[in-house]
Amino acid sequence: MGITKKMLSTKLSRELFLTGIIVGYSAIAGVVVGIPIVGYFLTPLIKQSPRLWRDVGPVSKFSIGTTVEVKYSDPSALPWSGTTSKAGAWLRRNSANSFTAYSMYCTHLGCPVHWIQSADLFLCPCHGSAFYGDGKVAAGPAELPLVHLPVRVRNNRVEIQTKPIPVIG
Amino acid sequence: MSLLEPPTLAHSEHDAPPLQLPGPIGVVYRWLDDRLGIDAVIKPVLVHPVPRSTNWFNVLGSATLTAFIFQVITGVFLALTYIPSPNGAYQSLQWITNKAIFGHLLRGIHYWGGSAMILLIFAHTARVFLTGSYKYPRELNWLLGVGLLFCTILMGFTGQLLVWNQDSYWAIVVGAEQAARTPIIGSLVAQVLVAGQVVGGATLTHFFAIHVFIVPGLMFGLIGGHLYLVVYQGISEWPEPSSVVDPKTYKQKYHEILKDGIPFFPDAMAKDALFALFAGVVVIILAVVFGPAPLGHKADPTNYVTNPRPFWFLIWYFALLAEIPAGVENFVIIGFPLVIVLWMIALPFYANKGERAPSKRPWAVASVFIAVLATAALVYEGYQSPWAPVFDPQGNLKHVPAAVLQRLTGQARDGALVFEQRGCIACHSVDGVGGIRGPSLDGVLSRMPVWRFNIQVLVGGRGTSYQYMPAFGKILNTTEMDQLVAFFKALPKAEKQASVSHAALNPPVRVVSKVKNHHREYSVVVLPRHRLHAAYPKRPGH
Repeated sequence: MGITKKMLSTKLSRELFLTGIIVGYSAIAGVVVGIPIVGYFLTPLIKQSPRLWRDVGPVSKFSIGTTVEVKYSDPSALPWSGTTSKAGAWLRRNSANSFTAYSMYCTHLGCPVHWIQSADLFLCPCHGSAFYGDGKVAAGPAELPLVHLPVRVRNNRVEIQTKPIPVIG
Repeated sequence: MSLLEPPTLAHSEHDAPPLQLPGPIGVVYRWLDDRLGIDAVIKPVLVHPVPRSTNWFNVLGSATLTAFIFQVITGVFLALTYIPSPNGAYQSLQWITNKAIFGHLLRGIHYWGGSAMILLIFAHTARVFLTGSYKYPRELNWLLGVGLLFCTILMGFTGQLLVWNQDSYWAIVVGAEQAARTPIIGSLVAQVLVAGQVVGGATLTHFFAIHVFIVPGLMFGLIGGHLYLVVYQGISEWPEPSSVVDPKTYKQKYHEILKDGIPFFPDAMAKDALFALFAGVVVIILAVVFGPAPLGHKADPTNYVTNPRPFWFLIWYFALLAEIPAGVENFVIIGFPLVIVLWMIALPFYANKGERAPSKRPWAVASVFIAVLATAALVYEGYQSPWAPVFDPQGNLKHVPAAVLQRLTGQARDGALVFEQRGCIACHSVDGVGGIRGPSLDGVLSRMPVWRFNIQVLVGGRGTSYQYMPAFGKILNTTEMDQLVAFFKALPKAEKQASVSHAALNPPVRVVSKVKNHHREYSVVVLPRHRLHAAYPKRPGH
């Protein structure tokens, strides 16, 4: 306070006053323009991806003991998303009424795991992680099992609940 | 005197007299000079003295700038046609590459020019570090340069993403998954990176704006500051072992050096121009001969038949991520870039005086040498990807060579099919076909007894983590095991021993006793706990 008073009382007070006006106005202008810019930039973060149930086919389409790829549309996709508006997952039919859906993203760094039916393994092409048919880690570098997606059977049709990229969403 | 001219550079002997051009050219020149201040400002900057000891190592920065200018020009023209939208990006690049006149060449120059810029800026950074040019009074210029270095890497990364092929898509996912490992705010950082929770429409436009507006704009500013400081503080003299930087005396010394200097234009700039020309010719030759990066397959998250790899300048990091032990993974992913950045920022502050000559700074030389060697080794590893399973281009398992299969009958032949269909071939080779993650299995049974082979296959694993082989005890039945053994017994012995140590192939297993029943001898063994865990994993519903 003392310093400010002293400065105001000197002959520089006019310069200080004008400097304050310039800096202050610039700061106000920055905030006024900045708020909408930051809000606009963060839109994709604030709007959470909806999690919807997607029909992936009749129960009879899947044979017991096998794992196949299923594709469905991503509910959060923008109208111009093209092929990236699709999403895929691995669906295993364990028994007559039991299904398990695995996210395709490797739990190491997210590359798409590749199901080899005859070997009963998921293999990742990037860094070579392997997972057993039940999603457990068979070989590193991944340390966590494949992520399960919620799956249910309704009116004899299999439905998968959509989920963003596991570690991101 | 002009505003730009620093007091230390004001030497009247280098100020050429005003140009006296005859006739109408002179009239035009005087008209322009009156309005632009050519003689007063521009010329003194151009002809400012630089130390006589500047040499061919001083051309790397200007060559980086030249590459940047060419990237801007080719980039702007590519943007005339490119569509930054997931349903248009790939097609517009197909059109540019295959239909547009010289489009293939233009993309090629942009690709190789970007590659050149990355190499040049790293070479320039290494030169500045090795000659101690970041020391007093050039600390802030080092920081601006560090900013430019990271901007350039970011340009390379985002540039690869704009192709919007499978490599682009999965590079974003892998990048986001790394960002997500940041403590506490990881998920938020990842969401900012991909502009949402999935990679899609918003992601591409964000990366497009980053690649063509935000980062280049930032770079223009940083380059402006960098050049201003190069002129204001002057190019550092080539270090002699005797020249030690002392902030108290350095400026006076430098002033003396400049008295015997040479004008930047044209003397020093001639070297810059010649080297930039050489670099440009190399870029154009590469663009003509090799063309741009192949377009590959369109980005499609449902197409798992893919083998995602980053561009060459990030493949070393991709390799690093495969090879670091799981225990330190998070530290490396977050800590390694952080430590590098913090070290680069701190460097000119904790080491801004003292020796500049490389011959007096063995640690500086050694660290650059090790970094270059390590990067080269990791680039090689990245292209080899020995850790990755191999498939044919359709994403199916490879086949045992017909020549091998022909020689086999009965159980051995069935074993060959087990080897192939049960996925062994993805990681092991026979007769040169198959993966290289595990050792080649040519002559495996001449290297180890059958019981050890069985344990290795059924229990998998090796060492103390899940890093290695799956436990095929979950997958193969006893018949298949017998068939596999028959197959390897029937194979001819390997001519060359695999380059895997005996210890690695013979895991530490203690044989307690041998038991014989009517058709087979069993070894009773003691397995370390983690191997038992792998052999008998808990299975749901069993």
